[in-house]
This record gives sequence, C-alpha cells and structure tokens, in this order.
Amino acid sequence: MPLDDIDVLDISLWQTDTMYPYFARLRRDDPVHRHPAGQHPDGPFWSITRFDDIVAVESDHETFSSEPTIHLDNPHESVTLPQFIAMDPPTHTGQRKSVSPRFAPSSLAAMEATIRTRIAQTLDELPVGEPFDWVDRVSIELTAQMLATLLDVPMADRRKLTFWSDVTTTTPEAGLLDTEDFSGEWARVMLECGEYFAALWAERRDAEPRDDLISMMAHDPATRDMDAATLLGNMILLIVGGNDTTRNSMSGSVFLMDRNPDQRVKLDADPSLIPSMVSETIRWQTPLPYMRRTATRDVELAGKQIADGDRLALWYLSGNRDESAIEHPDDYVIDRPRVRHHLSFGFGIHRCLGNRLAEMQLRILWEEILQRFGPIHVGGVTHVASSFIHGYASMEAVIADRR
Amino acid sequence: MVTINLIDHTGVRHTVDVPPGTTVMHAAVDHAVPGIDGDCGGNRICGTCHVFVAGEWAAATGQRGGQEAEMVELIEGADDRSRLSCQITVTTALDGLVVHLPQYQQ
Repeated sequence: MPLDDIDVLDISLWQTDTMYPYFARLRRDDPVHRHPAGQHPDGPFWSITRFDDIVAVESDHETFSSEPTIHLDNPHESVTLPQFIAMDPPTHTGQRKSVSPRFAPSSLAAMEATIRTRIAQTLDELPVGEPFDWVDRVSIELTAQMLATLLDVPMADRRKLTFWSDVTTTTPEAGLLDTEDFSGEWARVMLECGEYFAALWAERRDAEPRDDLISMMAHDPATRDMDAATLLGNMILLIVGGNDTTRNSMSGSVFLMDRNPDQRVKLDADPSLIPSMVSETIRWQTPLPYMRRTATRDVELAGKQIADGDRLALWYLSGNRDESAIEHPDDYVIDRPRVRHHLSFGFGIHRCLGNRLAEMQLRILWEEILQRFGPIHVGGVTHVASSFIHGYASMEAVIADRR
Repeated sequence: MVTINLIDHTGVRHTVDVPPGTTVMHAAVDHAVPGIDGDCGGNRICGTCHVFVAGEWAAATGQRGGQEAEMVELIEGADDRSRLSCQITVTTALDGLVVHLPQYQQ
C-alpha cells in the first residue's frame, strides 16, 4: 500500500480494532508522516508515530502548542470551548493548579476506603454464570460514581455526567445521537450540560469553599472569573478526563486477562503484581490514542520540515507499540520491566492530572476481583467508533464462578 | 564510586554507591530504591523523580533548569528545595549527597 493511502482516521479501522498494522508501517517507513489532503476535513496533517519523537514534541511546548485545541478538528465558533488542556502557560498553569490538589496522592488516599466499598458493592451485584455487559454494569458505573464524588453532584445524576462526556467525543457513526440532525442534537445536549454546571457554579461560588472540583475552581483566583464558555470547557475536560480513560482501561483489563489466561494465572499466584498489571493495561489499551499539537514556527522534526500552523497528531497508541522503546510491545506482560514507561498519560506540562486516581481505581478493582471471582470470560465486544477514543462500547462478560 | 543517600518520608535511609556520570534518578531506580519512579526515563517531563535537596547540598547540585522548573511548579507539595533527580548528574563532588524523598510521586 502506498504511504499516501494510509488513513489512520478511518473509523472502520477503529471499529474493528485493526489500525495497528498501519501504525507499524508508519513507524517503520515514515515515522513523521504528512497525510495528504482528503483524509481530514481541515486538510493535511502530520502523524508522529515513534515513542522518542512523541517525547521530543511533548518536551517543547513553545514550538508545539496545545492551542487552539488538542483534537485534530479545527475549532468552529459554536463547538470548541476553551479548556486548560488546550492552553499554553501561563494560563494553563494557573487553571490546572486550581484543581490539582484534589488529585494529589495524599488527597486520594483519603478516598480509598470509599472507592473500595463502592467497587465491592458493584461487583457483588453482578450475576454469576450468565452474560452481562461489563462496560455498562462495571466500567461506566464505577467511573460515573467517581465523577459524581469529585464534582459533588447527586449520585442520582451520575449517568448524566458520563452521557455528556460521551456526547462530547462522539461521532455520527457511533449512533449515540440522532444522525438526522447530529450537530443540532449535539449542541442541544451541550447546552443542557452547560446550564447544569452553571447552576452548580453559582451555588458553590456563593457558598464556603469546599473540596469538590467545582468549588475549588469557583474560589481560585486563576479560575473564579472564567467566562461561561471556559467554565463549560473545563467541566467537560474534567468529565471526559475521568470517564473514557478509566472506563476503557477497566474494560480493557478484563478483556486482556481473558485473552491472556497465563497472565491471569500469574496474577492469581502473586497479587502483588496488581500495580504493575495496571500500568501494563494502561499502556496496552491507550484509551486516548492521540493528542494534537500545533506548530508555532517552521521547525525540523526527524528530518521533516514542519511549517508554522501545521497540525500534528501524537499517536500515543503507536508510540506504546514502538519496538525501539518497548520490548515485544504487542505482548501483554503484566510483570514487564519498566512497566510505567509508557505514553498513555502523555508527558510534559499536560501530563494526565488524574493518573494516580486512575491507577488507584484499577488497582482496587482488581484487588476486589481476585478475592471474588475466578476467570471472567469475554465474548463479543463492540469498539467505540472513534479515532480519539480507543475503547469498548459494549463487552459481553460471564463470571465463571464466585470464590 | 560516589555514595548517594536517599531518605524517605518516614526517615529510612537508602544508601547507594554509583559511578560518576549517572543521575540521582537512575541511581535510585537501578538500586530499586522505593519512592522514585522516573516514568519518562530521564527527560524531565513526567515529574515522578521529585526529591528535596537538603540546604547544604543545594550549591553543589545546582539550580533547576527552565523546563525542569515548569514541571516542578505543577507538583503538589514542591518547594524551594525541589528538584527532578533525573536532572542531577552524579559527580565526585556529590560524594555523600543527601536528598529527601516526598511521600508520593505524582
């Protein structure tokens, strides 16, 4: 296949999880690759597919900006909202720091018991010996509960949060929204989400400071005067950041343990491998396959001339399968050396804010699974129809037996 | 060889002997000293090899570089003594170095 015919944004590749060979080809033959016009509505863009090149780009946020957006689609007035993941210093620094204390490990430790109780309860309600959808019953349920806690919204509203997050990143192909009037429906849902958070914002701003993310932002000098669009943008950032990512790593862990039964045996024999297994799962799954950067000047990267204004997709999913950085990268090895050396959280000043929370949720999930269940068999799965989210829309699971 | 002392947040001292030219991060990781992760492999872009350099060693270990400082600014609990240990190269002048580890890496 000619390099120009490789279209890594083709949704059908992501629906069938068959994009890996195309990335392997790019890594081998053209690791900094310019896609021709016709593959993306906004024109040509670059794919960066090797681990070390991605690290180099993320190390230089002045040349490779996160503004105006971290998605390949260019901003359109009505749909792109300012959010700190898509800002450069110094604005990024202040806004990020308004919420980062909530994700510090010392703060997370105080939540561990609550998270464990909820995970235990969710697992105890699962049927044994009959099929159910792991994505809905476990992965979405647990991340929805976590989001409701972090934002301090009523638990009854938790699925609104995951729905709004899903709508934010959805595509017409996914079937989540009415395709007759996709953009109209999308805007309607976003408006509803914006009104919900604006009301909470007003309430928290006028109350004493608390430790939920909305109150923290409402009282921090760097964020308290945000306009409505930036408020909504940051709320969406927080719900997407806590939703698709951990959800798909949770689903991925069950999928991978079923497809690699030797690794499950290894884990059962030595549960102290759980933290390492969690990192390996996050690498292998790479729930966010890429982040975009935009060049702020003409620059050479790995021998290629990047022009001021060019869009670059940093394919974490490909870098995490780069054989020059990771040994046998296609294998799932829960006790591999240097297991934390992966790109799934990104690197540099935009490195995932919730990384330790994600790892903690996954660790507790597996500590509780090992105590309860033998093998969990995974039947049919459907993949998310998106090149921006690498995950599972549904996953048929059967718990063989309860211990 | 150069002797490096890493003291964890409970006061436990880990002493390692390493050749000049390595970094304090690698000295810790290669000797499996708990409390240093070094996720990015030494590129000062993950912030998971955060240490506090005791006052008497501040001059010998030098100042934070620009990009290192940007990462340190984002770490909860960082202060004036904070460094990314992947940016401290071990030399004979650092024989006996003492650094303190935070309770957690982020």
